[in-house]
Amino acid sequence: MHCGKYIKSQTVKLCIVVLHIDGIRSPLASRCYSHAKVETDEEFDARWVTYFSKPDIDAWELKKGMNTLIGYDLVPEAKILDSALRACRRLNDLASAIRILEAVKDKSGPHKDIYPYLIQELQPTLIELGISTPEDLGMDKL
Amino acid sequence: MFYSATLILVQSASSITCFLRLFTCTSLVSLGLNSHPPPPCLYPSPSLTRLSWSTLRTTMLHLTTGRVGCLLSKQAVVALTSSGARMSSHGHHEVSDSVDMSQPMYWDRLDTPLPDRPWKDVLDSTDKSLKQKEKGPWTALSKEEKIALYRLKFNHTYPEMKRPSHEWKTVIGGMFIFFGITGLVVFWQGHYVYPPQPHTFGEEWQAKQIQRMLDMRINPIEGFSAQWDYKNKQWK
Repeated sequence: MHCGKYIKSQTVKLCIVVLHIDGIRSPLASRCYSHAKVETDEEFDARWVTYFSKPDIDAWELKKGMNTLIGYDLVPEAKILDSALRACRRLNDLASAIRILEAVKDKSGPHKDIYPYLIQELQPTLIELGISTPEDLGMDKL
Repeated sequence: MFYSATLILVQSASSITCFLRLFTCTSLVSLGLNSHPPPPCLYPSPSLTRLSWSTLRTTMLHLTTGRVGCLLSKQAVVALTSSGARMSSHGHHEVSDSVDMSQPMYWDRLDTPLPDRPWKDVLDSTDKSLKQKEKGPWTALSKEEKIALYRLKFNHTYPEMKRPSHEWKTVIGGMFIFFGITGLVVFWQGHYVYPPQPHTFGEEWQAKQIQRMLDMRINPIEGFSAQWDYKNKQWK
């Protein structure tokens, strides 16, 4: 489709539209996938670690963060949980720290090996901050 | 007759199971036990579920008061006034069972580990001193203190939230009881209500009918008469 050089802007837009229509007539099929960048696992983890690492994080932000994180279809990495537990420490909230551990265990669902692995990874932090696991406190039984 | 019986059974079972669930929940409330809230949905609206559950319990209680005798309703009233899990943690004096939805609420949900407010709002002096101790190093806290801190902030632990209820036994048992009652009703109906059977159901008439059908060669290729051996005068 030929467009002359000295055409006003609106007509040029129309030309562009028409050219695009020409383009669809090409034999190659094009899928309508989104062109948004997919966040990698590392970026996701880093984002959440940063969220919980905020030095003056408040109780609401901790709650919101944890509830959102648990809402995702994944078990958070040890480094995110470490960051969250340290946030609990800054907020002087031991109960929430224990609750986070319980939530993560529940999140693993049928995969019983995830939770022991996470506890193993978090052991230094747990010892440092003095957080007892629900198992230590006998709260994993009815 | 079988068709009507099955229909009645199915209809009664379904409607009665629904009623039974209400009845069970009410009876559990009246016994002072906390029944399970509805299971968490994927996109939770906790305040709405809480509202509907509490209104349901209130309405069920009203049903009970109306339908069941004085004893049960007395128990229910006692249970409600004393069991106030919400009431024990609220500072203000609420006579009614309604929850103030404009305030942050507490709920035990598997998918919401940290609810909007702690379980116990009103802290006595021992709780307050424990909270002070919480500000220091947690290694200094004993196990009992840690458990106490958890119980201040949360009502049920995750295993307690996930505990199985025995409700299904009541439901199934009640279902069978109602099947039985319906069976009795159907039997009584068959005896007292149904008119006498038409004369065409009698043995003699049926025999004559079959003979006539065979003489007429009803469905001689694949069906009725095809099953009859005309030579030997018997069924094939």
